[in-house]
Amino acid sequence: MNCAEANVLLHALIDNELDAGHAREVEAHVASCPDCAARLKEYRAMREAMVGARLTESAPASLRSRIELALPATVRATAASPSWRDWLHNSWRTFAGGFTAGTALAAAVAASLVIGIMHNDQDRLITNEVVSAHLRSLQPGHLTDVQTSDQHTVKPWFNGKLDVAPPVIDLTTQGFTLIGGRLDYVNREPVATIVYQRRKHVINLFVAERMGSAGRDVKNETVQGFNVRHWREEGLDLWAVSDVNADELDEFCRKFTAALRSPSGPS
Amino acid sequence: MAGDSIGEREKALRFRDAALPYLDDVYTFARYLLRNDTDAEDATQECYLRALRHFDNYRGPAMKPWLLAILKNICHAEFARRSKAPVPAEQADNESPVDDVPMWQEPQPSPEAELLRQLDDATIRRLVAALPAAFREAIVLREISNLSYREIAEVAAVPVGTVMSRIARARSMLRAAWNTEEGSTS
Repeated sequence: MNCAEANVLLHALIDNELDAGHAREVEAHVASCPDCAARLKEYRAMREAMVGARLTESAPASLRSRIELALPATVRATAASPSWRDWLHNSWRTFAGGFTAGTALAAAVAASLVIGIMHNDQDRLITNEVVSAHLRSLQPGHLTDVQTSDQHTVKPWFNGKLDVAPPVIDLTTQGFTLIGGRLDYVNREPVATIVYQRRKHVINLFVAERMGSAGRDVKNETVQGFNVRHWREEGLDLWAVSDVNADELDEFCRKFTAALRSPSGPS
Repeated sequence: MAGDSIGEREKALRFRDAALPYLDDVYTFARYLLRNDTDAEDATQECYLRALRHFDNYRGPAMKPWLLAILKNICHAEFARRSKAPVPAEQADNESPVDDVPMWQEPQPSPEAELLRQLDDATIRRLVAALPAAFREAIVLREISNLSYREIAEVAAVPVGTVMSRIARARSMLRAAWNTEEGSTS
């Protein structure tokens, strides 16, 4: 191997891109050529300096939200989310721009219609994610992060992991055994999951703040054969998912809600 | 209808989870290719929109090189569009495609070159940004985007052998600039 060849190949050597045979050839040349050896050393030092330096750029936050907004309706429906406010702002501008003066009312009506549709789709999306999380939890070893029937162990486990302190209520005496807790991600937000058991059936109760658009009335759904209940109580959004029959899941929701409302229940 | 929109949204979510973690990588590459914040932002946004459109057909390669290849095509088209207008000589020089790397003379290592001069991050960035387009692209993909030669070949749409010689040439030019850089001292 001559120096001209080595001058190219020593870079591939530095980058670990050479097979063993070529690597040996380059190393043999370098061992016998002080110039190439000095170059190799210098290039290695330069590469290390570059690896150690911060040469990446951070995409501006405005670019990130522009891209998020350009994706079809992945904005969150929570009023507190800035991207949501941006979206409203943008759609308002679009509407306002599209309508001449005097039809602002029409624009507002149109905007609220869109929001209504968004809410429904958003809810359906969250329901699907909650059911996916339920399915994942049924895989071996995925059911609980903290496994205990003691509510006083489960509740502190969530401390520091979430903004919300989820109500952990032991319903064992009422036919629903508390078996533990878990952290899930729904709609890219961490949510607390409290795991109950009814005979051989698992009930996952997902607890989040300001995520769905349910009222106090329980919404019933069946998704992929699972019964899903979604309701709001004490400012929390609650989803119960299970393959127990509908009546038993309703019973669970009633008992949980009652315990949550009772003054002696956990705060 | 509603089902379609849910499908679209789920696709968008999958896409976001798969592609958005590479936003900084895409933006960095765009920034080095275009050397201008506004252009880099526009190209990055266009890259994500285009990637979403083709996401249904995406079966690999890895997400990062796939995104960077899309970005590179966007930048290329942008240069082609601009080259219809008169461009400054410095830029025109960078645009000329370099498919064959001519042989070059490696500078002899200087006796005192045992120690590489320490440069701060901003200076290194400036030196990289000053390289001619094809070499800049290769070295950025290697050192900053951390791609393999094969992945670089895919992004740059050139054979692996060309990648190898471009990286060699890029490092040679960079080293020359590095050693003549003043201001920072070791």
